Amino acid sequence: MSYLSIRNLSAHLKGRPDQILRRVSLEVSAGEVRGLVGESGAGKSMIGKAILGTLPQSVEITGGQIILDGTDLLALPAAQRRTLIGAKCALIPQDPLTALNPSRRIGPQITNRLVDILHWSRADAEKRARDLLAEVQIPDPERVLRSYPHELSGGMRQRILIASAFAAEPKLIIADEPTTALDVTVQKQILKLIAAMQARHGIALLFVTHDLGVVSKVCQTLSVLYAGYVLEDSTIPDFFHAPKHPYSRALLAATPKYTDPDGSLTPVPDAIIETTRAEVAAFDRSAHV
Amino acid sequence: MLDGRSAIRRKLPTRLVLSATWLTLLVLAAIFAPLIAPKDPLAQDLFLGQLPPFWVQGHEPGYFLGTDSLGRDVLSRILYGARLALTVALIAGSITCFIGAAMGLMAGFLRGWVDILISRAIDIWMAFPPVLFSILLIAVLGPGLWSIIIAIVVIDWTRFARVIRAEAMTQGAMDYVASAQVAGRTRVSTMLTEILPNVLPTIVVLLTLEMGISIIVEAILSFVNLSISTDDPTWGGMIAEGRASIHQAWWVLVFPLITLFLTVLSFSQLGEGLKDHFDPVLR
Repeated sequence: MSYLSIRNLSAHLKGRPDQILRRVSLEVSAGEVRGLVGESGAGKSMIGKAILGTLPQSVEITGGQIILDGTDLLALPAAQRRTLIGAKCALIPQDPLTALNPSRRIGPQITNRLVDILHWSRADAEKRARDLLAEVQIPDPERVLRSYPHELSGGMRQRILIASAFAAEPKLIIADEPTTALDVTVQKQILKLIAAMQARHGIALLFVTHDLGVVSKVCQTLSVLYAGYVLEDSTIPDFFHAPKHPYSRALLAATPKYTDPDGSLTPVPDAIIETTRAEVAAFDRSAHV
Repeated sequence: MLDGRSAIRRKLPTRLVLSATWLTLLVLAAIFAPLIAPKDPLAQDLFLGQLPPFWVQGHEPGYFLGTDSLGRDVLSRILYGARLALTVALIAGSITCFIGAAMGLMAGFLRGWVDILISRAIDIWMAFPPVLFSILLIAVLGPGLWSIIIAIVVIDWTRFARVIRAEAMTQGAMDYVASAQVAGRTRVSTMLTEILPNVLPTIVVLLTLEMGISIIVEAILSFVNLSISTDDPTWGGMIAEGRASIHQAWWVLVFPLITLFLTVLSFSQLGEGLKDHFDPVLR
């Protein structure tokens, strides 16, 4: 039984016919890291936001189920859904520069949620924050807890956000391009850290990214998204050795390789995009039969 | 790693010191006006009319800044006038700030129909000419302290609402707000605990600016004789009276005008200075 299972999730822009998600189905089990890849605008971040209930007001879910630990989130009243998500899920956001409240010190930002929402005692929350900062290898946690976000570097802030995501002992974490805003040297450390934390705490992790290189290092399974439609659902070894869908093959071929800096940047051929679009259109029609 | 940014401690900005000093003196003057004013501000003496200030020939000892056409002491009237000016500034400024900022915060963060309602109200409000609107309001409400305050609040809340709405929208799009939502905070709780602290520096700047504007509005209303009863000294009233005798006794106009100018300037500089010094992001 998967911890998170999304079934036939559809969403569109309010007042427009544009589909953002087309009957998306995917599963993440406890201890599993699933990559969610696709080009810009494919809807990968939208899936994360749909699960966490942070979709923009202009986006409306039109059908499907998001089943978290046996409960369909979309069938719950808003207040109950919020409590459930707050207790079981967490987010590692994309941009560490905007993901911490600039006007408050780090300590309260980690502990206040534990105290206010999950009713921990302040002493427990503070101890938890110190332990976690040590776990994400932040030197001098006491001092960092008293700092304001602008006093810390981007990599440091991303470590704090990872610590903060694990603070309430969630069962599912959604990482929305957690390394995109960092420079390459820091990226590698942060990826290692996320992978290590995930393994140690045994959580389900949904890793949203456009970087197949990152996926190959961190994930066990992946879903490839195109225009809100799941093209391929596969394990990492299968995908990298024998991608099933022509678009996936083209995507892999388009990934730059250090060994061949000139020949590697092949864009996805127009013909493949044509056939993929036709497939999506056929999939849309099949819903109405 | 922690870098040098946290170690920087700047000294108090000059404008903060200067403006705070002037306003403190003014507040003290307003509170202790009966003790420090050399004369009764209402006492008339037609034999002592239009006496010049102390450094001009023909002055009388005791009338430091001269007298007006009715022989009333200009300095005493300015000191007593500070009472009304500061009362209006504090009360009208705070109420305007509270209502305007609350509206702006809700419109900018909650969006949806709340935003539509408030934004349209702002648009309609701002289409009225403000001075005419306030004169009309006073005419309906009748002159008096509370009429002035209500007029200022009714006209100026849009200034706050618009700016704070834009700020709240910017902050609302940040990831830290999404994180708070995921953690289980309600929209309203997120608005108060996450957004409000970040728009607070802007609110403070606008508040002090609004206090200055309140004083100007009060002066304008006094100038057109729509403020409180004409007996009590007001800076605007003094400026209006001084205008009539500008060629014979310039000091009746100039001293209240300088006081008004310095006070309004101090309020705006106080706000900017506070923001520079206490905003953790700018610091």
